[in-house]
Amino acid sequence: MRKVAVIGAGMTLFRRRLLETGKELSFLATKMAMEDCEIEKKDIDMVVMGSAPDAFDGIHMKGENLLDGAAATNKPYVRVFNGGGTGVFAPIAGWWHVASGVADIVLVVCEEKMSSCYPHPQTAFQHIWDPVVDRPLHPNLVWLFAMEMNRYMTVHNIKKEDIARVAVKNKRNAVGHPCAQLADEKITVDDVLNSEIMAWPVQRLDISPPSDGASALIICSEEKAKQFSQDPIWIDGVGWNIDSTMWTNRDLYFPRYVANAAKMAYKMSRIQDPRKEIDFAEPYDPFDYKELHHMEGLLLCDKGEAPILTREGVTQRDGDLPICPSGGLLGVGNPIAATMGQKVCELYWQLSGKAGKRQIPTDPQVGVGQAWGDIMQMGTVIVLRRG
Amino acid sequence: MTRKVAIVGIGHTNFNSITPDVSWKEFMFEACQRAYMDAGINPRMDVDSFITCAEDFYEGFSIFDEFVPDQIGATLRPCCTVCGDGLYGIGNAYMQIMTGQFDIVAVEAHSKISDAVTSGDIILHAYDPLFEKPISGPVERQKYIGNPSYAIESPKPLVGKTNEKSRIHPYFLAGLEMQYYLTKTGTTEEQCAMTVVKNKKNAFKNPYAKYEANVSIDDVMGSEYLFKPLKKLDISPNVDGAVALVLASDEVAKKLDVEPIWLKGFGWSSESPWLSSRSMDADYATMASNMAYKMANIENPKKEIDIAEIDDRFSYKELQHLEALGLAKEGEAAKLLENGSLDLKGSLPINSSGGSLGIGNCFEATGLQKALEIVTQLRGHAGKRQVSDVEIGIAQSWRGIPTKSGAVAIFGR
Amino acid sequence: MLKETQSYPKYAPGTYVSNKDIINKNITYTWWEPEVQYSWSLGPAYSRFLQELKEGRIIGRTCKKCNRVLIPPRMFCEYCYRPTDDWIYLKDTGTIETYSISYLDPNAQRIKDPILIGVISIDGASPQHGIMHYFGEMKPNEIFIGMKVKAIWKPKKERTGSITDIKYFIPIKGGEKI
Repeated sequence: MRKVAVIGAGMTLFRRRLLETGKELSFLATKMAMEDCEIEKKDIDMVVMGSAPDAFDGIHMKGENLLDGAAATNKPYVRVFNGGGTGVFAPIAGWWHVASGVADIVLVVCEEKMSSCYPHPQTAFQHIWDPVVDRPLHPNLVWLFAMEMNRYMTVHNIKKEDIARVAVKNKRNAVGHPCAQLADEKITVDDVLNSEIMAWPVQRLDISPPSDGASALIICSEEKAKQFSQDPIWIDGVGWNIDSTMWTNRDLYFPRYVANAAKMAYKMSRIQDPRKEIDFAEPYDPFDYKELHHMEGLLLCDKGEAPILTREGVTQRDGDLPICPSGGLLGVGNPIAATMGQKVCELYWQLSGKAGKRQIPTDPQVGVGQAWGDIMQMGTVIVLRRG
Repeated sequence: MTRKVAIVGIGHTNFNSITPDVSWKEFMFEACQRAYMDAGINPRMDVDSFITCAEDFYEGFSIFDEFVPDQIGATLRPCCTVCGDGLYGIGNAYMQIMTGQFDIVAVEAHSKISDAVTSGDIILHAYDPLFEKPISGPVERQKYIGNPSYAIESPKPLVGKTNEKSRIHPYFLAGLEMQYYLTKTGTTEEQCAMTVVKNKKNAFKNPYAKYEANVSIDDVMGSEYLFKPLKKLDISPNVDGAVALVLASDEVAKKLDVEPIWLKGFGWSSESPWLSSRSMDADYATMASNMAYKMANIENPKKEIDIAEIDDRFSYKELQHLEALGLAKEGEAAKLLENGSLDLKGSLPINSSGGSLGIGNCFEATGLQKALEIVTQLRGHAGKRQVSDVEIGIAQSWRGIPTKSGAVAIFGR
Repeated sequence: MLKETQSYPKYAPGTYVSNKDIINKNITYTWWEPEVQYSWSLGPAYSRFLQELKEGRIIGRTCKKCNRVLIPPRMFCEYCYRPTDDWIYLKDTGTIETYSISYLDPNAQRIKDPILIGVISIDGASPQHGIMHYFGEMKPNEIFIGMKVKAIWKPKKERTGSITDIKYFIPIKGGEKI
């Protein structure tokens, strides 16, 4: 198996509404990534696109429509889609293009244009439910998260204050990020606890907003990596796992699919004690409790321990195990698939020391990124290692 | 030592125009169950990775990936969705196996297009929102009139002026392409009609094909013009079907005691989504096949390929793809058709299964159906339609209107 | 330690627009309403499930290999990967596994009186196997995980063969015969 390195990354602004079309967003992110490693379109062998529901952009087979912005004209091009897990799954798909020996340099682009959907991007989420047992009840997506949050809080007896700390941490972490949508230096736990209740226990400031945005990543094979960097950042482990469609048949307090995906990635990366060997992590945090949920899923702490670590400041940027140093989805924004920018591009920037104000002070060697998708089903995990 | 990848299991359901007795779940279960039995494996323990090829809007869900794992055996296993034709799934499965981390990968694709009442409008939804959709008709939804069978089987004919009060059927694009192809190569409509005759006749020998018919060239020429020069019988009708394939590395194939059919090469390519600035040739097929031929070490495809399954959603497409794949010189595909070289008993049988014209257009499952046919032929299990002395076969598919993307896979014994 | 002076991403391309820009037509936009309609065939499992709901009963499927009783019913067991075996009638009572008190209605509009929604594991099925449904006749401060509930059905002539044939689940108060 060939080793695969990350050599460039790019990201656009994340906002609730952007002027650019989906094609233009893909182009902007790709351009930044290509400038980063100084390659041109002709150097790219293949392109992988990750993009979440077609319903947002309003184009069926939207992968085909976006391909020119993603530098894929007259090239092998494929689109992968795993719901919310696409942000980390698209780089995994890029990984197997290179690791199999079929391509040398692959561009991975993730784009999302949620604002095109009217009246509100949430309406596209009405169609993720099972048509017989769920949809006739007209559920709202927030209800699903509220039910999972409630189960998680009840099983481990967690207080809302500890969960609110995550939102505060991430929104403050996002202050150093030029693309951030909701960075807020002054937010406090009380602000979060006093925000309006959407569906108890979820409150307004617990949720990440819908956003437009795109991000891009360029990966290449072992032989070519040395041309781009003396100290390449390797994709060391990948894993993905999906649970059953029947979400009402599962106990939602623990994401076992994330644990399975993490075990697959750690095995490939030869990590035996995740808590000790991993320096920092970017778990998927569309809601604040999700970061805790996924920290446990990633086996970075015991079940129920994540809120304690948050309370003790272990997960702050200068703590022992920094979590979401980019600001995560809560701080930077949530354009579903384009969250690759926070989950994988950030790992690359942190490991190469390029994260500027967001840089973790200890010298990180290994980082883990994770995304989650579908109806509480999909876990995708990627491990990046330096040198 | 480089690994090789083999097809060790195939399974499919019947192809029917409607399937009211099963939901998509049971449909996929049937195809996958058959493929696993064929390979002699237990998906819950032996299969390392699962790939589904599906597009949301064809299925009717915002995230179809959610509804996939249970019926293909992928609960709590690695499973993903590739938005593409079945052959893209095969390509990705190949790459997964070649990384060395996975030994057995299952690929599944299906079409349950009968569930989509307004399939023409769904295809229209793939057009560019700024440049192509607004010319297709009014931007507001029309109140749906006409019963479902009309919507699925017969697109609204477009000859002469458009009626601004309703939307055009998206297949007008195929009509434009056909006009271009006929003019450029000098092929006639009668020659395209011969493709229909050949494929529908071949379908008689295929037990799972449902659109077999003994039509003559006059029948085809006499069918009504829907998108001139595209006639009703030139268009393959919609059909439901599910196909699953199991791929394995060579070490595992040996252990399974199944005769392996090797995936010698594959390729895929996309041109451009801009209707206005792309060619109307099938360059995607040329680029994809070049990639595949290189991987399979094929230098002279015309001599080395024994059998081919080529995308023939529209009759002229078979001829166009034949030339793009290098199996016929430009403009000569029609001649080969006329002198019988492309028949079952000819020198290069094309679409022995009946193709999409004989089986039906099964959308994302088309590529896997073509792969299914080639693998069946190479195994010698094709019954009445078996072609003798086949060693290397090629399966090619296109992603459909309005894309210019396609994939190619080459199989060998 | 690699310490670059430049911070990445170096810049954030993209132009922010607000809702007002769209309402006041300051920017160009195009509009399309897709006509997408689906009519899914539900297959044997869900079809029977809905028929039984119309009769006022909840039905499940059994898998003899893993000894589970499955609700919602399905024709194959996803753990054993084999067809399920028999139909079995289940009770219409259950236990609350999780719930939410929502101040948003299905269209994400704010409402004053909250909607109570949650997952109920059905008695007779395997543990933690259940369905999602509304709760009624209870106040937000009364609901808790572990509460025993029972279904209230719509009158027979109003039932259409849908999950909404059950109006909602109400708490079983002590001493009540089920």
